[in-house]
Amino acid sequence: MSGGATTGESTGAAMGEVKREELLISVVGDLLEGARHVAVGVLSPIPGAGALLAASRSGGRVTIIGSDLPAHRMDGGLELFDMAAQGRVDGFFLSGGQIDGQGNINLTGAGAYPQGDVRWSGAFGSAFLYFQVPRVILFREEHTRRIFVPKVDFVSAPGASEPGVFRPGGAHALVTGLCVMSFDRARARFTLTSVHPGVTVEEVKDNTGFDFDLPESVPTTAPPSAETLGVIRSEIAPTIANPYPEFAERVFGIARQAA
Amino acid sequence: MRPPVLDLADLAARIPDGALVSVAKEPNAPMALAREMIRRGAKNLHLVTAPTAGVFADALIGGGCVKIIETSGVSLGEFGPAPFFAEAVKTGRVEIRDATCPAVYTGLQAGEKGIPFMPIRGVIGSDILANRPDWRVIDNPFEESGDPIVLIPAIRPDFAVVHVSEADRFGNAWIGGRHELKIMAHAARCTLVTAERIVDHDLREDEARSANLITPIYVEALAEAPGGAWPLACPPDYALDPGAVRAYASAARQSARSGGGDEWLALLTPSHAEAAE
Repeated sequence: MSGGATTGESTGAAMGEVKREELLISVVGDLLEGARHVAVGVLSPIPGAGALLAASRSGGRVTIIGSDLPAHRMDGGLELFDMAAQGRVDGFFLSGGQIDGQGNINLTGAGAYPQGDVRWSGAFGSAFLYFQVPRVILFREEHTRRIFVPKVDFVSAPGASEPGVFRPGGAHALVTGLCVMSFDRARARFTLTSVHPGVTVEEVKDNTGFDFDLPESVPTTAPPSAETLGVIRSEIAPTIANPYPEFAERVFGIARQAA
Repeated sequence: MRPPVLDLADLAARIPDGALVSVAKEPNAPMALAREMIRRGAKNLHLVTAPTAGVFADALIGGGCVKIIETSGVSLGEFGPAPFFAEAVKTGRVEIRDATCPAVYTGLQAGEKGIPFMPIRGVIGSDILANRPDWRVIDNPFEESGDPIVLIPAIRPDFAVVHVSEADRFGNAWIGGRHELKIMAHAARCTLVTAERIVDHDLREDEARSANLITPIYVEALAEAPGGAWPLACPPDYALDPGAVRAYASAARQSARSGGGDEWLALLTPSHAEAAE
């Protein structure tokens, strides 16, 4: 099971109370099941909460990069990359201003390069971590043809590599506001795994600029079980209030602590 | 011989036009020094960010000081894109050399070791590599067949610039847990330090702190600059000032879009902020 779609145990009534953020946290938690060490950026609250959920279930570690909490401290900014190079990071998240059907991501800019239509911030660690981390989750809530393009304008980090290129890592799944897709690294191709409650396969197709594989039947993304929801609300929410105070306040109503 | 303690303007004047200057990711960005560099009218700087940057790099670009930027990313984080950076790259006013974070560290580590290059995994097949003619791919010489690997040439900045919480009269600068500041300083031909305070005792006396120092052999000169990282953070002394960074982002966006106006620069001046309070 890799797509976050299980045979739902939750009732429809319970589902109505599940926030979209909670659904996505649960999906990410499922995808990272069993990971020993997941790293996540300080500006990524849903991935961060999902990683903490997985760690809560299977006893792994989470490093929130840029958090000032002692448990997340490393030997400055370099160590994470050295850890990843050695295989000490199992899970990481990447995103993109553009993502294409071959799993290529573009964090650099739209249009020509370097003088294009829009310049984004840059590749950051993606051109390295995408190669080194075995379970990279591509996470982008906005699911539109603006993001999911036939071909990225600039490959900040490639989705697949030629045989012979050392690459233990790559995309494990794509999680968006509409659906979950899995990624086949050998074929460099996505397969739709599940659509979120209330979303149709047609809607995903209409909003995706690249081709992807469709199984005969596409399940609805399983909502978090009552138990998972309990863990998210009682355990994860207060934990994430430090690195992600705005998110914790907005989604879980946890008041910001005075500075 | 101790590195001299100068005033901020004299420290900024040490950096000639056209210099290769390296600055680390925030916190510890020497913003007071950046203001002096802009005031001096520094030109044609080649900026290397270790490995990314924010307001520091954006402001120097806005101030017309930068000709080339080598970076893995310039962003104001939760405050949005870096307006002057994005505009200058788009128009070609600043030449961009895109990198990826660990590649910058690798180049600095090669510089620190005095070797010509260091290999790094990943990167192959990216347009980052395709646009870096100075990066090379070789076959791993220790493998019988294949195994391509990227080589990053050593980065030797003319100057590393850093703002720290505490420095001493001997020229030691305490960097907390930020190992990369040490690598950057070691790789550079010299380092210019600004500090919240410059103390009289030798920071090397305390072994617990001595591993976290840029030591005098690397430091060319220092200046005392209380609030010298504002509006960015200088841990443990103060956190980032979100209101001030938000105001900068908005004014810089306006200025980058309209091609003029320097309200953004006034907003980066602490006296202005105090007057506004």
